[in-house]
Amino acid sequence: MELAGRAVLVTGGSRGLGAETARVLAGRGARVVVAARPSADLTAVVESIRRGGGTAHAVAADLGRKEDIVPLAGTAAALVGPLDAVVHNASTLGPLPLRALADTACEDLAAVLEVNLLGPFRLTKELLGPMVLRQGGLVVAVTSDAGTVPYEGWGAYGVSKAALDHLMRIWAQELGASGVRVLSVDPGEMDTAMHAQAMPEAPRSALAHPRDVALRLVALMEAADTVPSGARVVLDQWQAPVLR
Amino acid sequence: MRLLSLSPRTGAFSDGTVADLPQHLRRGDLLVLNDAATLPASLPARGPDGQEIELRLAGQEDAPGPPSFWAVVFGPGGWRERTEDRPAPPALPVGTWITIGGDLRAEVRALSSLSPRLVLLRFAAADDALWPALYRHGRPVQYSYLREPLALWDVQTPFHARPWAMEMPSAGRALTLPRLEELRGRGVSLAWLTHAAGLSSTGDAALDAALPLPERYEVPEATVEAVARARAAGGRVVAVGTTVVRALESAAQDGRLRAGRGLATLRIDGGFRPRVVDGLLTGLHEDGTSHFELLKAFAPAAFLEPALRHAAEAGYLGHEFGDALLIHE
Repeated sequence: MELAGRAVLVTGGSRGLGAETARVLAGRGARVVVAARPSADLTAVVESIRRGGGTAHAVAADLGRKEDIVPLAGTAAALVGPLDAVVHNASTLGPLPLRALADTACEDLAAVLEVNLLGPFRLTKELLGPMVLRQGGLVVAVTSDAGTVPYEGWGAYGVSKAALDHLMRIWAQELGASGVRVLSVDPGEMDTAMHAQAMPEAPRSALAHPRDVALRLVALMEAADTVPSGARVVLDQWQAPVLR
Repeated sequence: MRLLSLSPRTGAFSDGTVADLPQHLRRGDLLVLNDAATLPASLPARGPDGQEIELRLAGQEDAPGPPSFWAVVFGPGGWRERTEDRPAPPALPVGTWITIGGDLRAEVRALSSLSPRLVLLRFAAADDALWPALYRHGRPVQYSYLREPLALWDVQTPFHARPWAMEMPSAGRALTLPRLEELRGRGVSLAWLTHAAGLSSTGDAALDAALPLPERYEVPEATVEAVARARAAGGRVVAVGTTVVRALESAAQDGRLRAGRGLATLRIDGGFRPRVVDGLLTGLHEDGTSHFELLKAFAPAAFLEPALRHAAEAGYLGHEFGDALLIHE
């Protein structure tokens, strides 16, 4: 997807991979809406994009709240027009430190699913109609290897990402002829606040910088028509197509 | 959802459901949709002396500068009361400031010549602050005939995009995304426009008599081209909803359909000869409403009346969340 002039929504955009993805998208000429819970970080991301000459708007929303989804989609469409793409990046680990399933409260599992699974489901439903009408659009869900490997202690998060991957696969099947493409993207381990929360002991030197990951993620979005819709892409194994 | 199909040529009608829509349409036909999302257009507010009022946004001004909306002012009261039974609001002369939801301020810039209850508000907030505030404080316009209040997700069509509509362009409810894909698979083309459907009732006799108020619309170039293609191939142009009729016919007032933005001021009734639209998918509207008057541009009253009498006897549901009527040859 050519990104210049496109309307793109990035959730969880106040820090880490979401913030860097919003910056890279704006640098490619996209009109970006950055959604996150209200914070100084959210405002700062949008201000830094604008200082650089890009177009960005901040919209405060909690992706785990059903009541926030229609207002988020409506505000985004009012500010930048019908959306061409969405990056479902917002997610939560659940209670910290990470814990065994046996120690996980039902309510905590439900809260993680609200943000990581139902949030992308509701928001995709909100944004899909105009994409189907226009026979084009891109839905990207940021996933994790915790969704395919049963790591101890990652139960709530891992289950949510496994379900998110499958949600995207089924959506891709159902949208097969519509022109709308759907991808799950595993960005790999990054040096983010979320990673530090999950594994405070892990050395940071071996971790990728979220900026570098965002550059690859946006390259994947630009090359989305070379990847089968419904694919789960492990970003550091993905080869960008050679430009002629 | 049931579907009553009416032939405007013979007056023959038949019962079915909206799942039968593909059988009523032919390869080469064009279905035109209104992609407006519905705003939470009902806003709790306070007048200059702290009086409780309700604002219902009627339409946004399409002009540069701070965002401005026309709004109908209501006195205090709940959604259970019929609009015509609500107490009168305080007078809001030009220059009055009102406060919405405690933190959003707006100044009355003009009063309508139709009624001083229709006011032009200029918001003291740029777009980035205004839209979240409208969604934070507003809720959908409610209908006293419903059992439960409507949430914002109840009043969106399956293909809604920009929030321009003050009430739901409800004919679109029949067209779920899988149904649209099925129609496309059968060679029916789809096109869209955005039309800012306004309020259906104001509780003010002078305003109600003037409904629909002027409503802004935007017809994309792609839709103009799709209409031309359908025409050239002998296909029919079927409007989904009266708002689409109003937008397309307004955009073709000089005889040729043109892309772009405009303000629909047309009043469409039995004396109107549609230039663009051949058929209409809509709700079941009561005699005496502006919607019903519009239907007469597509079928004579002598055919509409028996068909609608049959619908009432057969238990079809009317209003925004009711069944559907297809008028086409």
